[in-house]
Amino acid sequence: MAASDILRNAPTAPCNPWPRHVLTPAAWADLVAALQAEASLELLAMWADAQQVHTLFHDSRNGGFIPTSVQVDAGVYPALSPARPAAAWFERMIADLWGHRAEGGTDSRPWLDHGKWDQHAPLSPQATPSLTAPELPEFLPFEGEDLHQIPVGPVHAGIIEPGHFRFTAQGETVARLEIRLGYVHKGTLGLMRGKSPRIAARFAARLSGDSTVAHSIAFARAAEAASAAEAPPRAQHLRAVMAELERIANHLGDCGAIANDAAFPLLLARMTFHRERILQAASAAFGHRLMMDCVIPGGVAGDIATEGSPTILRALAAIEAELPELLRVYDDVSSLVDRMVGTGIVRHDLVAAFAPGGFVGRAAGRGFDLRQSPGYAPYDGVQVPVLATADVDGRFRIRASEISESIRLLQALLAQLPDGPISVALTLASGEGIGWAEGFRGDIWHWVRLEAGQISAVFLRDPSWLQWPLLQAAIYGNIVADFPLCNKSFNCSYSGVDL
Amino acid sequence: MVWRSIARNLKRGPLTIPAEPVSEPATQALAERLAASAHQRLGRSLAIRMVDAGSCNGCELEIHMLNSIVYDLERFGLHFVASPRHADVLLVTGPITRNMQDALRRTWAATPDPKFVVAVGDCAVDGGVFKGSYAIHGGVDSTVPVDLVIRGCPPTPAQLLEGLCVLLEANAD
Repeated sequence: MAASDILRNAPTAPCNPWPRHVLTPAAWADLVAALQAEASLELLAMWADAQQVHTLFHDSRNGGFIPTSVQVDAGVYPALSPARPAAAWFERMIADLWGHRAEGGTDSRPWLDHGKWDQHAPLSPQATPSLTAPELPEFLPFEGEDLHQIPVGPVHAGIIEPGHFRFTAQGETVARLEIRLGYVHKGTLGLMRGKSPRIAARFAARLSGDSTVAHSIAFARAAEAASAAEAPPRAQHLRAVMAELERIANHLGDCGAIANDAAFPLLLARMTFHRERILQAASAAFGHRLMMDCVIPGGVAGDIATEGSPTILRALAAIEAELPELLRVYDDVSSLVDRMVGTGIVRHDLVAAFAPGGFVGRAAGRGFDLRQSPGYAPYDGVQVPVLATADVDGRFRIRASEISESIRLLQALLAQLPDGPISVALTLASGEGIGWAEGFRGDIWHWVRLEAGQISAVFLRDPSWLQWPLLQAAIYGNIVADFPLCNKSFNCSYSGVDL
Repeated sequence: MVWRSIARNLKRGPLTIPAEPVSEPATQALAERLAASAHQRLGRSLAIRMVDAGSCNGCELEIHMLNSIVYDLERFGLHFVASPRHADVLLVTGPITRNMQDALRRTWAATPDPKFVVAVGDCAVDGGVFKGSYAIHGGVDSTVPVDLVIRGCPPTPAQLLEGLCVLLEANAD
């Protein structure tokens, strides 16, 4: 049976805006088998609650989004990872947090649980105290002559988040990279339960500080979907203003840092200068440089300051004036181009299998952007750049194009801010909702279940879930010295996936 | 192209902001505390090693900006180093997660004496909003002794600069 038939025959549970298909373990096993032959159904997210494991699929043929769940039977469900390799990290996370085991999974080693919490499966109703520390998982084995390992982290050399990178190299050439994360697991999902969306928004805003606006928007929209509310038009516009400022600030920082990792600090100096101007404009407009806690469920926390709009437009004009010249410098320096072009290429079959969003996907021909599909207010007619090179240079150029597009969007948004209220109060509703926002890294998905206005289950999916595994593949065959360049061109979030 | 850019920058003048005067009472208070704890002084140059022990990466974004031309941290004699073995100061962010506690303790042990620990951000004070989670051990002082706290969520580069300059002044003879 085709995957679409299995889904059509399954009963659905209410979830706003897309009903959730609930499958028995047997039907789910059939779905996994059918997915092997249907590459067009992309896995975007996977999470759980006490009774079920949930997934979000995207049908790349018709642009549909399909939340699908499987009943967990006696702590076990049929694994999805044999059909969708991106499911492996999710399955390990689900086993660590909820205790549901993926039967037949490709990797059953612990992920977030490093044996340091005092309980097993902390989000399960049957969380048990952990008396013994589990053995640290083995790294994947390697075979061959003249191979050696380079362990890096969790404390890295730079001003960067913690994680462990295990390189296996032959001379200077990387033969394998395995990444181990979970070091900054803060128990965010557990802390959000039992709280109102308004209170829990503080945790969504701190899942990944560099995407605080985008995660806050996705969370607010999920909470609004679950309680059948809608933010007023002025709030939606102001959210978009903040989101585009955040995108520009991060892309400027990334472009500068990528060039700096190729020993070209001029671009870093100029781009961080403009980044600082954007952060100062954000502070003048919304009262916080990163705009943390400025987006709330129901709307925005405060209106834009009177001097906000002109300050933002001045900062944008300065970037518009200098960016073309900085990009000409980038093109003109052969030592820089030599390091960027052809470095860290992501194979197209892996892009198809993992469905990464943002610059990782767009530099490899996957032009997926939530502002276009499924879309959300107030966005209309967003231009999404796409390249096919899939290398460090491509990811740099996608960012540079997106800066220009965000400047254009901001100028239009600020010119036509609608009047009216900036927030609505959410009712003490019960329901389930999915919210999304396009962050600077890519597609962000939040799922919230409310019971009488309180969160009973929640999941926050950062874009890095589908990008980190591809970084492991992109470095293959490159030299160790090019890893910082590859890593910076991905710039995945540690905190965002550590939860 | 590079030359034209350099020439224009020369004409435009410095982009670095002037330093704010360091708060006298704060410096005095820290100097007295350091003297009382028989801390050895390190003089007017400090090497800083940054350790993220659980942050959301917001603090790191602002710490990064200290190295930008706008704040130019190195003009004060403060610079970031890659290894704790080269460091005088550990700049620690985040609520201390249980998964990072060992790494922080070992980084602290690898830093030669005399050394200073600066806790950065509201989470580093006592766990901040993450306080009470099964995955959080507590603030920085739950794991290593803290000499100075820079609050904020995240602290702005100006606040970070002010805190670090207080440390520098309190350390000077």
